[in-house]
Amino acid sequence: MSEPIVLEGRNIVRDYHIPGGMFSSARTVHAVKGVNFSVEKGKTLAIVGESGCGKSTLARIITLIDPATSGDLLIDGHKIDITKGGLTTEMRRKVQIVFQNPYGSLNPRQKIGDVLAEPLLINTNMPASERNERAMAMLKKVGLQEIHFNRYPHMFSGGQRQRIAIARALMLNPSLLVLDEPVSALDLSVQAQVLNLLADLQDEFQLTYVFISHDLSVVRYIADDVMVMYFGEAVEYGPRDEVFANPQHAYTKSLFAATPRATVDSIKARLARKKVAA
Amino acid sequence: MAQTTTSPSQIGPVSTDSSRRARLAEFWYYFSENRGAVIGLFFFLFLIIVAVFAPLLAPHAPTMQYRDAVLVPPFWEEGGRATYLLGTDAVGRDILSRLIYGTRYSLFIGVIVTTISLVGGILIGVIAGYFRGWVDTVIMRVMDIILAFPSLLLALVLVAVLGPGLTNAMIAIALVFQPHFVRLTRAAVISEKTRDYVVAAKVAGAGPLRLMFKTILPNCMAPLIVQATLSFSNAILDAAALGFLGQGAQPPTPEWGTMLAEAREFILRAWWVVTFPGLAILITVLAINLMGDGLRDALDPKLKRS
Repeated sequence: MSEPIVLEGRNIVRDYHIPGGMFSSARTVHAVKGVNFSVEKGKTLAIVGESGCGKSTLARIITLIDPATSGDLLIDGHKIDITKGGLTTEMRRKVQIVFQNPYGSLNPRQKIGDVLAEPLLINTNMPASERNERAMAMLKKVGLQEIHFNRYPHMFSGGQRQRIAIARALMLNPSLLVLDEPVSALDLSVQAQVLNLLADLQDEFQLTYVFISHDLSVVRYIADDVMVMYFGEAVEYGPRDEVFANPQHAYTKSLFAATPRATVDSIKARLARKKVAA
Repeated sequence: MAQTTTSPSQIGPVSTDSSRRARLAEFWYYFSENRGAVIGLFFFLFLIIVAVFAPLLAPHAPTMQYRDAVLVPPFWEEGGRATYLLGTDAVGRDILSRLIYGTRYSLFIGVIVTTISLVGGILIGVIAGYFRGWVDTVIMRVMDIILAFPSLLLALVLVAVLGPGLTNAMIAIALVFQPHFVRLTRAAVISEKTRDYVVAAKVAGAGPLRLMFKTILPNCMAPLIVQATLSFSNAILDAAALGFLGQGAQPPTPEWGTMLAEAREFILRAWWVVTFPGLAILITVLAINLMGDGLRDALDPKLKRS
């Protein structure tokens, strides 16, 4: 509890209004129904849940892309409401996002160097040479090389693109990084590389992560706290070990039970069950 | 990761130098892959040279009527004369000279009409596609109304209101072509706007103007370039049609379409009066379309071989 709290959400609600058409009346969809959470500096909060449970909606609220319908969002202790008044560049710089699909998150007409330098161009008065220098440094930091600087995104593999997306998110030195299923579009070996990169970067820059995923093995690897969402509600919230060792809610239990296990014991047990059934 | 970095020679001219000259070299590398485009480009450059140096190249004045040489066939035909290489028309004007001077008018019409309709169409289309809502509805309904008229009829009405003449004809044709650009731009902007890279630029703090014109618009250019080259040729044809109806370039202006229209009654008697202006239009349009194709391939990184 010694570390300061970077992100706090109090009773965050998001409703989507679907206007009525000719044959249907207007409806309201409750995407997120009153979620509370807080993340300390340098920690990782994992948000787990099935498709359509409101994970990505919550990510967009935290990243200040969409406003919450009600509830308070505090970043570094400041309450932020994007519906009232513009967002200062100061606030904008604190939160960045990495998207799920590395094929859609990079502008196909921008060279990698420009992709990385763009946030600096918009938010600072740095001269071009310094921007390029910083972009180059960040490129190397995420494990790419100098020759990649003037290439276009389509010349890269999925894993490399995700590294670039991470590098872009880090250009403004944010304190909070929202990772919206950053590895689910990648194959397993590349997943491990990107996760290790994320862990290294967290140590180096003291980053706070909000890690959204449906993959429990990934969550177990990277998370400090886990929040399980189910139909817009947080049904389980606590430290990782506690949630994994002693799930309280029925949904969490079934979620864990659905995860395939590949330990020797579990394989033996499964074979034994098969033999009995046969 | 190391395996994915192939040797630089395979990647093509991807240099670490991002200067203007290097970018130009890179553009030329991809453009020259397409042979048709290069031929089109050279023909287009040839047309520009012809247009600029028309007074030096043309053997006769374009409106000079040689009363002793009415409907003289081209020089290789029986009765042809070497002074009139491509023959003369019904009032004894040298066709070659008129074609050379006509290049000026045709290129001028194409450039002006395409520029006006492209710039206007892009501006309106980006605004409609980016802001959506009632702005979009109002703009698109107005464009639908313009599209509902037969294009030539609308151009004719506009020219009738503005008064006949080449300038007014160009303005009218530009207005008629504009909705196509608006629709294309709007559709492309709508599909690009929801992409993650746009959201990422927004999160990085980009304002609406930057998002519209620097982030989204370059990704919508490929269909617009093709449409622009097509309208370039269509503009030449429509201007000719207006000229034929007496509302465009006025005789004796040596405009290709007007020449074609004037020669209509001699199709059976003197084939050269119709054929050469027609060929000039055909080849020009073909060259411009080829060039447009190559331009699109070179400008779109997604189509580049890497």
